[in-house]
Amino acid sequence: MNKQKVLFGGTVIIAVSLVAAALVALVLLAIGASPLATYKTILTGPLSDLFGVTEVLVRSVPLLLVGLGIAISFRSGILNIGAEGQIQMGVLAATAMALALPGLPKGLLLPLVLLAGALGGAVWGGIAGWLRARLQVNEILSTVMLNYIAAQIHTFLLRGPMLDPNELETGSGTPQSMRLPDASFLDQIIPGTRLHTGLILALVAAVLVWVLLWKTTLGYRMRAAGAGAKAARYAGIPVERYLIVAMLLAGGFAGLAGAVEVTGVHHRAIEGISSGYGFAGIVVALFGGLHPAGIIPSAFFFGILLIGADMTQRSASVPANMVLVLQGVIILAIVSAQSFLRNPYAQERVLRWMARLVPAWLKSKKGAQS
Amino acid sequence: MTAAAEPISELKLEGITKRFPGVLACDGISLDVRRGEVLALVGENGAGKTTLMNIIMGLYRPDSGSISVNGEVVQFRAPGDAYARGIGMVHQHFMLVPNMTVAENLALGLKDLHHFMRLDIKGAAQKIREVSERYELPVNPDAYIWQLSVGEQQRVELVKTLCLGAKLLILDEPTSALTPQETDDLIERLQRMASELAIIFISHKLNEVKALSDRVSILRHGAVVFNGHTANHEPSELAALMTGHEVTLPRNEGSGLQGTPLLSVRQLRVRGDRGNFALDGLDLELRAGEVLGVAGVSGNGQREFADALAGLRPVESGEILFQGRNLANKTPREIIDSGMGYVPEDRQTEGIVPSFSVKDNLILKDFAAKKFSKLSFLARKSIDRNAEQLKEQFDIRCPSTSTATGALSGGNIQKVILAREIARGPKALVAVYPTRGIDMGAQEFIHSQLLERRREGIGIILISEELEEVMNLSDRIAVIYKGRILKVLSAVEATRERLGILMAGLADTDPPPAAGASSLPAAGAAHE
Ligand SMILES: Nc1ncnc2c1ncn2[C@@H]1O[C@H](COP(=O)(O)OP(=O)(O)OP(=O)(O)O)[C@@H](O)[C@H]1O
Ligand SMILES: [Mg+2]
Repeated sequence: MNKQKVLFGGTVIIAVSLVAAALVALVLLAIGASPLATYKTILTGPLSDLFGVTEVLVRSVPLLLVGLGIAISFRSGILNIGAEGQIQMGVLAATAMALALPGLPKGLLLPLVLLAGALGGAVWGGIAGWLRARLQVNEILSTVMLNYIAAQIHTFLLRGPMLDPNELETGSGTPQSMRLPDASFLDQIIPGTRLHTGLILALVAAVLVWVLLWKTTLGYRMRAAGAGAKAARYAGIPVERYLIVAMLLAGGFAGLAGAVEVTGVHHRAIEGISSGYGFAGIVVALFGGLHPAGIIPSAFFFGILLIGADMTQRSASVPANMVLVLQGVIILAIVSAQSFLRNPYAQERVLRWMARLVPAWLKSKKGAQS
Repeated sequence: MTAAAEPISELKLEGITKRFPGVLACDGISLDVRRGEVLALVGENGAGKTTLMNIIMGLYRPDSGSISVNGEVVQFRAPGDAYARGIGMVHQHFMLVPNMTVAENLALGLKDLHHFMRLDIKGAAQKIREVSERYELPVNPDAYIWQLSVGEQQRVELVKTLCLGAKLLILDEPTSALTPQETDDLIERLQRMASELAIIFISHKLNEVKALSDRVSILRHGAVVFNGHTANHEPSELAALMTGHEVTLPRNEGSGLQGTPLLSVRQLRVRGDRGNFALDGLDLELRAGEVLGVAGVSGNGQREFADALAGLRPVESGEILFQGRNLANKTPREIIDSGMGYVPEDRQTEGIVPSFSVKDNLILKDFAAKKFSKLSFLARKSIDRNAEQLKEQFDIRCPSTSTATGALSGGNIQKVILAREIARGPKALVAVYPTRGIDMGAQEFIHSQLLERRREGIGIILISEELEEVMNLSDRIAVIYKGRILKVLSAVEATRERLGILMAGLADTDPPPAAGASSLPAAGAAHE
């Protein structure tokens, strides 16, 4: 039964990717680029040397963290579009914490900084959760609006109160914070590359999210609230409360992603630090089937896409923004496939096509029956 | 008008086989139905009736076998194709869009009403009025679906199918949500309509089958095990053929009214979805060890009453005293913890989380209890054990306890809910239409379970429109009308006729015998 579900889901994801790739190929043709060459560069370029691989992993870390949070919120029945703003609040909180306590030893400061980041994001996510739970404010609207507010706060603080004094005196006035104390840095895993221990943190987080959602009573409550709010309410689960919890957690993961970017990569708060991870994280989560086991490879895959897109920009002069187009198309394809497949009749139809197309699938089906 | 080609003179199925992962739903089924006749299709829950009908409608494609209309082999790819040949179906689970009106729902399905960039909602409403008048199926075209009771929604489905021009009507358990009167009406009307239509009628109520159908086919585990003329067979014989053993619905033989008061509801006022007072001063008392039947035409406050008892609807005024504690406006959790069990009306959305496995649904109320969790971690082993045990004890038919509950047949979903509620060991149990859409065998089982709990001292409120069921099981019967209890009869006083009259809201003319009867005022007059 489960094997089939995974097979089914996997096949759907692959089909969705192919459709998305074909649609983007049309766009590529329209701007006069060769789809094949572009795809080849995107998919193989980043993995051709060690440095490329580490860069892919560096991008995968925030994608994975954000994606995990998104999975928690979506599974709990709340569509969090606000990870971008939550990341920025996490960045600010983490930076403020590191700058406020520069004297602390690393063993103390780093956890505090990461925690501050998570809290910053959690507060930002929690606001949207609270608005939805108490005042029935649609979370899509509120999270998008909170993104704008967070962006403004981020800009204001980096240009004003948190602006690096050196930039004022001697520098170019680039809006960025002071450099963080060394004691707040995540360690390098491979010297000479940017790959940092945030990767391990993110992988551990993935396991924790899996445990949370499928092994604990809290996860059971949240999934019940998401999958059948009415039945959950009848069973005595205060659905609204778990919407807030889910948003706190989702925001927390996004905020943690922000803190990891600061302490692992940039070592200071800069403008544009969230660089779209908040939105890409949604794609990562959906593409990974809202399950940590799927989100890990999915984050890696989108890491490849991000690096690959940079490469095509340089080599094939295809704008790197093409990746955004691809992301958008993938979201559309996944969401339409999902709502299509919610219908059991459509599901049966797809299964039948699959049975015809993939004889191996038929065999496994027979196996499951005996 | 919808172009229903030539009227159907014969629909023939040959060797239809359909396999789902892990289940052989239809196993070489051959059937035929002709114009002017009613074919009843009966069988246990999960026998494959609905699947077979969905195949006829083009929703599923059979693995093998053929369908022919008027001797011509057809292959429907979608319900639209079936409708084009004049075949229409009223589904067991409603297929209406909740946040649209009745007329809008019809307009969705009726291509004639799709004008350029515009839906002719007025036309749809007009059509609904015509059809609902012609077949005496009262339906308000402007009502939103979500405002309607299950019974009213069923009516909308029927009207919709007729509006779409169906000449062969497939009715998948059309009466399971109707009141006895409505059912009798419907059966009568269908009998009349049968001369110009062909009807495939699915029901678990064999007296209906007996009353309406010309021929009957019995399905078991996906295969036809019996074909015959209805007139030649008694319902009990059909029941035995269907389940493989004699079915005798158990009766409440005990002399009730011995227990101590368990639950007393006083002057309960609760608003309905439309803002009116759906419960308007309801009084009721339940004792330990009795089954209190609440009979009434659906829409008289039953849903609101059950919701209020479960803490899902705010109580405007009045008390719900349960073992001396007022439960009015307490949270569902507090009410559950105080020992109240609840089998809700809509099993698909209120009773279970459809995408959760059977074992997860069996702990929906108790996952946090010591038995199923340790330090906030789910204790998978005991959850599995619990599921296996209840599956056995309640005869839940599912490929495994990891199967998504939504994929089970209606009867088995109901068994999952009942198993959960009973296994929790409640002190009182509110059961709303507990055997709606349930096969004879399962019904026998559920009834005997309820009676057994009664013997153990649980107080049971049984809300049902099924007079048969209420009279079989109850110690006392309260008739609900316009949000009040019109009268409480003891089991011996209650006759079909008397209940029927009371349910229609007419004052009881029989002089009430001294004992047992309630002294509540008749409500009809006070209501605006
Ligand atoms: N889409 C599906 N996927 C997998 N199994 C299914 C699906 N639909 C039905 N089944 C299974 O096929 C069998 C037949 O189901 P069906 O709904 O046809 O029964 P039924 O006779 O209509 O029962 P009921 O009286 O409860 O309505 C059941 O075992 C059911 O679990
Ligand atoms: Mg059915």
